Amino acid sequence: MTVPAIRFDNVSRHFGEVKAVDNANLEIRDGEFFSMLGPSGSGKTTSLRMIAGFDRPTSGSIFLYGQDVSDLPPYERDVNTVFQDYALFPHMTIEDNIAYGLMIKGIPKKERYRQVDEMLDLVQLPGFGHRKPSQLSGGQRQRVALARALINHPKVLLLDEPLGALDLKLRQQMQVELKAIQQRVGITFIFVTHDQEEALTMSDRIAVFSEGKIEQVGTPSDVYERPASPFVAGFVGTSNLISGKVARQITGSEQMFSVRPEKIHLGSAEDTPAKEMVSIDGVIRDVVYLGLFTRYLVEIEGGGDLVVVQQNLKTTSMDVLSAKGQKVCLHWHKDHMSSVGG
Amino acid sequence: MLNRASTYLYQHPKLVLALLLGPPMIYMFVVYLGSLVALLINSFFYLEEFTGLVVRQFTLRTYLQLLSPTNLGIFGRTAGMAMAVTIADAIIAFPLAYYIARYASPKIKTFLYIAVTLPLWSSYLVRVYAWKLILAKEGIVSWFLTLVGLQPALDWLLSLPSIGGSSLSLSPMGMFIAFSYIWLPYMIVPIQTALERVPKSLLEASSDLGATAAQTFRTVILPLSFPGVVAGSIFTFSLTLGDFIVPQTLGNSRFFIGQAVYSYQGTAGNIPLAAAFTMGPVVIMIIYLLIARKLGAFDAL
Amino acid sequence: MRSKKSFSDKSPLGLTMAAIAALLFLHVPMWIIFLYSFTTDEATYSFPLPGLTTKWFGVALQRSDLWAALALSVRVASIATLAALILGTLAAAAVYRGNFFGRESISVLLVLPIALPGIVTGIALRSAIGSLDIPFSYWTIVIGHATFCVVVVYNNVLARFRRMSGSQIEASMDLGANSFQTFRYVILPNLGTALLAGGMLAFALSFDEVIVTTFTAGQQSTLPIWIFSQLVRPRDRPVTNVVATIVILITFLPIFFAQRISAENSDTEGGSK
Repeated sequence: MTVPAIRFDNVSRHFGEVKAVDNANLEIRDGEFFSMLGPSGSGKTTSLRMIAGFDRPTSGSIFLYGQDVSDLPPYERDVNTVFQDYALFPHMTIEDNIAYGLMIKGIPKKERYRQVDEMLDLVQLPGFGHRKPSQLSGGQRQRVALARALINHPKVLLLDEPLGALDLKLRQQMQVELKAIQQRVGITFIFVTHDQEEALTMSDRIAVFSEGKIEQVGTPSDVYERPASPFVAGFVGTSNLISGKVARQITGSEQMFSVRPEKIHLGSAEDTPAKEMVSIDGVIRDVVYLGLFTRYLVEIEGGGDLVVVQQNLKTTSMDVLSAKGQKVCLHWHKDHMSSVGG
Repeated sequence: MLNRASTYLYQHPKLVLALLLGPPMIYMFVVYLGSLVALLINSFFYLEEFTGLVVRQFTLRTYLQLLSPTNLGIFGRTAGMAMAVTIADAIIAFPLAYYIARYASPKIKTFLYIAVTLPLWSSYLVRVYAWKLILAKEGIVSWFLTLVGLQPALDWLLSLPSIGGSSLSLSPMGMFIAFSYIWLPYMIVPIQTALERVPKSLLEASSDLGATAAQTFRTVILPLSFPGVVAGSIFTFSLTLGDFIVPQTLGNSRFFIGQAVYSYQGTAGNIPLAAAFTMGPVVIMIIYLLIARKLGAFDAL
Repeated sequence: MRSKKSFSDKSPLGLTMAAIAALLFLHVPMWIIFLYSFTTDEATYSFPLPGLTTKWFGVALQRSDLWAALALSVRVASIATLAALILGTLAAAAVYRGNFFGRESISVLLVLPIALPGIVTGIALRSAIGSLDIPFSYWTIVIGHATFCVVVVYNNVLARFRRMSGSQIEASMDLGANSFQTFRYVILPNLGTALLAGGMLAFALSFDEVIVTTFTAGQQSTLPIWIFSQLVRPRDRPVTNVVATIVILITFLPIFFAQRISAENSDTEGGSK
């Protein structure tokens, strides 16, 4: 049993009446790519800032590889941060920005710049050392911020929505690069984001935050396929939540469950589904053709709407758009239902 | 060692705040506010005429002295001057502020901004002195008026009882010109700021709806820039109220508030009366500020 | 003619003229002082000048009372500026950093000494100093000047703090620098020009101040007090002209540069406001 990289032990951070983080318990494993996912104000950034030491818990303790760091200032913690706005020092060259941590440690100039060159290679910016941050594009600044943090060989690297300011193309490219760099340097990455897709593609594990509480911790597939709460079901991807009378009709219990739109098959009313499938009848109320797939809004028996997504493998837009008003039978595999205990 | 100190400070953020805030606040509270409060207290004492000593006993009689005709005259004269200067400055400042805000290219704008604010910081005394030269009996203004044959007009103006004097450099008129000159930048900057906040689309909308340039100016630009004028007037008004350099330099024997305060505390040694006198401008300014806040002037500061 | 296209980029002639007139009104009087410093007229302010000479510059340089007044003014302004730099920066840092009770009123308190008429500050300090039996001296002048210089530094520094990317300080500490190193390597370089601009303006303000000084100085004479005495009772007209010219010249450059710094900053920042 190895020591976790980060452990939260009943950590709370209150700002007056506001409970930014409320009694959080968490373990982040050594070497994993861990994402903190949640909407703004959910407590993910406050958690990150407490790990970095910019903020201190109101109560509880934070452990870094077994050491209680709750009261240590940022400069005495073996973690480094990539900031959302990059926070490059505008009065220094790229080289001096990256060498900053080594300069503080008193490493001789020659050795500093040798390591800076290595880092510039790692983030694919060779030869940029003498420029000023203002002469770089957003994506390039991002890489410099990464190099400036990594040169210190931190035990844990914290990334605070680092891709938020980039456009879609660049963001997707950086996602791949970040993951590759993490695998090369082999240290723990903690990545804060509000973008569920980003979290799902990059992470080994994800913690979903809502209103200061950690709703669920798990692998991307866990979080996606077995959401532990209605919030997770709704925030990570889209989900149909079913409870009450309709739920009883299907499962025999009024306990709320979720089912993903793409797991639902849209069949004609005469179909008889297989034994391990559950089914319910409905009427197509709305159709949105989205090229690769089509989204249907189906009103089901007993009241309520379900969103259903079907790939357009054989169908054309003409076919799907004419389906409005048709009676259908929805069915899905029992395993694709997930009780969310709400 | 430094690391230890730094860590200690990190763990005690309130101490850091106290260390940062302590010196400036102690200075401002003890030295400045302390003196102001002492001044206020002094105004409730009085000077015993025969002994020439200040009696430290609560009384309102010093304030009653302010109500003597001479002193009321001083207040009226000073406030009248402050008002005249404020109006003149608003009229002179507006076109320049409007030009800077609306028509100047970015380069010219920076140049004009510096040209307007430079006098704000450059020597106030030297700028007063300039008018002593210009307005002197034998000076440039007289020379020019004689040249164009208007000297009689000036003589007639100087013979008027409440604004005239032996020469322009020793008359309320001269003071008025010098005051207007000295406080002018204080009026230009807030008006310009207010004008720059008027979105261009509003002007376009107005002319799109059929208003002529003059109508747009009167119905859109003027009302929206008015808070700037009020903000500027706070400075011109307050500064004129408290000044004693210009009256002393360019005025005649009829006192302004500043001179009264100066002479009461100095030669007469009557600190209570001088203190009560300064409460005049303070009270006037507080009332003025309250009205200005109602008119939205603080957003334009 | 009135037309709908009147809100073009071209200023109406009348407006341009009025703007130029106001600008001339602001600046021409200073030029006239330059002119007068070369006059041969010793006793009056006659115009046109009867003749031109440069001898008064030489005469002024020989006057020991002027040199003493100048030296006192520079000493006062230097110490007042230093005090203002320290107090103003501390106050700005506190306001920028923390949320605390009364934070909003700090600016009001600091601006009070220049918002209230100078005589109020002057007489308040004089009666306080007098009643505490502190002798009027060089230091009482400095104390008076520091009260109104603080706000200039405070405003400049606070504006710069707010412009600074917020996480720079955190980034520095994150990279291993303690508070003192962060101050030296990150905060100070960022504040640099703001401190320079604020310091120069504070210096100019103190160097020129006369109203508060007349109340807080004893028998000492700063340069503005020397000039003021000449304004009221002109004895050395030609020398005063020269002094006025020199004062304009030596204050012009620092103020000009300080203004440039602030103007550039407000230019680059204007967009994000």
